[in-house]
Amino acid sequence: MKYTKEHEWLRVEGDVVVVGITEHAATALGDVVFIELPEVETVVAEGDEVCVIESVKAASDILSPLDGEIVEVNTKLVDNPGLVNEDPTGVAWFFKIKIDDMSVLDALMDEDEYNDLIG
Amino acid sequence: MGGGWPQPIGVGMRFRQYGGDLSEVLLNLGLHDLHVALGGKMVPFAGYEMPVQYPAGVMKEHLHTRAAAGLFDVSHMGQVILRPKSSYEALALAFEALMPVDVLGLAEGRQRYGLFTNESGGILDDLMFANRGDHIFVVVNAACKTADIAHMRLYLGDEAEIIPVLDRGLLALQGPQAEAALARLLPEVVAMRFMDVAVLPWQGAELWISRSGYTGEDGFEISVPGAILLAFAEELLDQPEVMPIGLGARDSLRLEAGLCLYGHDIDTTTSPVEAGLTWAIQKARRAEGVREGGFPGETRILQELAEGPERLRVGLRPVGRGPMREHTDLFAEDGTPLGEVTSGGFGPSVEAPIAMGYVARAFAAIGTPLEGDVRGKRLAVNVVAMPFHPTTYKR
Repeated sequence: MKYTKEHEWLRVEGDVVVVGITEHAATALGDVVFIELPEVETVVAEGDEVCVIESVKAASDILSPLDGEIVEVNTKLVDNPGLVNEDPTGVAWFFKIKIDDMSVLDALMDEDEYNDLIG
Repeated sequence: MGGGWPQPIGVGMRFRQYGGDLSEVLLNLGLHDLHVALGGKMVPFAGYEMPVQYPAGVMKEHLHTRAAAGLFDVSHMGQVILRPKSSYEALALAFEALMPVDVLGLAEGRQRYGLFTNESGGILDDLMFANRGDHIFVVVNAACKTADIAHMRLYLGDEAEIIPVLDRGLLALQGPQAEAALARLLPEVVAMRFMDVAVLPWQGAELWISRSGYTGEDGFEISVPGAILLAFAEELLDQPEVMPIGLGARDSLRLEAGLCLYGHDIDTTTSPVEAGLTWAIQKARRAEGVREGGFPGETRILQELAEGPERLRVGLRPVGRGPMREHTDLFAEDGTPLGEVTSGGFGPSVEAPIAMGYVARAFAAIGTPLEGDVRGKRLAVNVVAMPFHPTTYKR
């Protein structure tokens, strides 16, 4: 598992990367009530706003952690946004992104580095 | 301003009290340590550090308040006593000169909602005031209290001593089981009805109680002397129905109840009529009433009462699942700009996004389809009746 400073986790599955938000982020957001996912086949650049996540408290964006193409989205989250609070690193993944060069993941944080970040 | 409101210094419910003009006493009214011990997430609010939520989270806290009883620390709000210099009647009439509200007609032992208006008919603050026989007790918003005190000193100074109550905290106990929980400590509260006020003894101290609140639920607001505030709050939390509730759920509860949040849904530009608060303007102060007009902004307010305002505060229900937050621009279906959302979010009891905002009067009828601009997309939203969740005041 890799992590970004925007509190996303990334997990490699074959030639795609699965992206979700960390438990720390889910807790900080509070009860999630609405999620807007990107369209499949959208080509995104690192830093693009790809998802909207609304909790009882506020709206936040999820930024694409990488350049690539969205190949699958987790439509379960649309009907049941609360999954993000229940199981943020498991069933509540957000999207899968296909990237050309897996080596870009090397620059991201590992678990120890992420834990240091959130203190 | 002589002897102004002590300035909060942002460490919990502590603030500086200026004794005389020299000595600074750090007074801790203090439930700060209790909030922290309960796991409260403390955030700055109106100059104080307040719990926005506890570990249960906004959703559970909200639903618990609707199902059982929630305890809110609202000690940051301003409590003020107006003690008449000549007579209660003279004070009541002077107070009426600041509000389009019937103060004189309020019976002893009763509380009423009021609004300070300005010369252009906007709202300076909304408040609660109670007739306590020989004086009036006022509760005002935290963010406005310094200005409110100055306003009252300026306009009521001849008729009343304006006494900020600095040594008391304020708790709200809200929900269908609030009465049962509080009655174990104070059996007398069972006899109170919505907007009754009473002074009751507890452990040798005086509690100032009103049957009111700002959640749409039955409940009580209790002014508690600082010396017993912690003990009283802990006693309430020991009751099986009661859970501590943060400001996050306080906001979603009041939004579902269709109640205005000052600085958001009402401010110096919105008139009470536009805000749909005409129920707060009693007959005595309206055209042909026994004390018609005579309040700041009377020209606009009486005209709007007679002819209808240009715009109105309405309840809004987004058609999709996505909330429409404050400042979402609102449009007619043909694209005509109409106004904006002033409060919006997700209603945990309604189980859907809800909002309120201002639109031109022609678009304010219940059922009118509108559009809101959410992140560049025009999304459907309908004008609906408020409250979004039925109120359960014990009248």
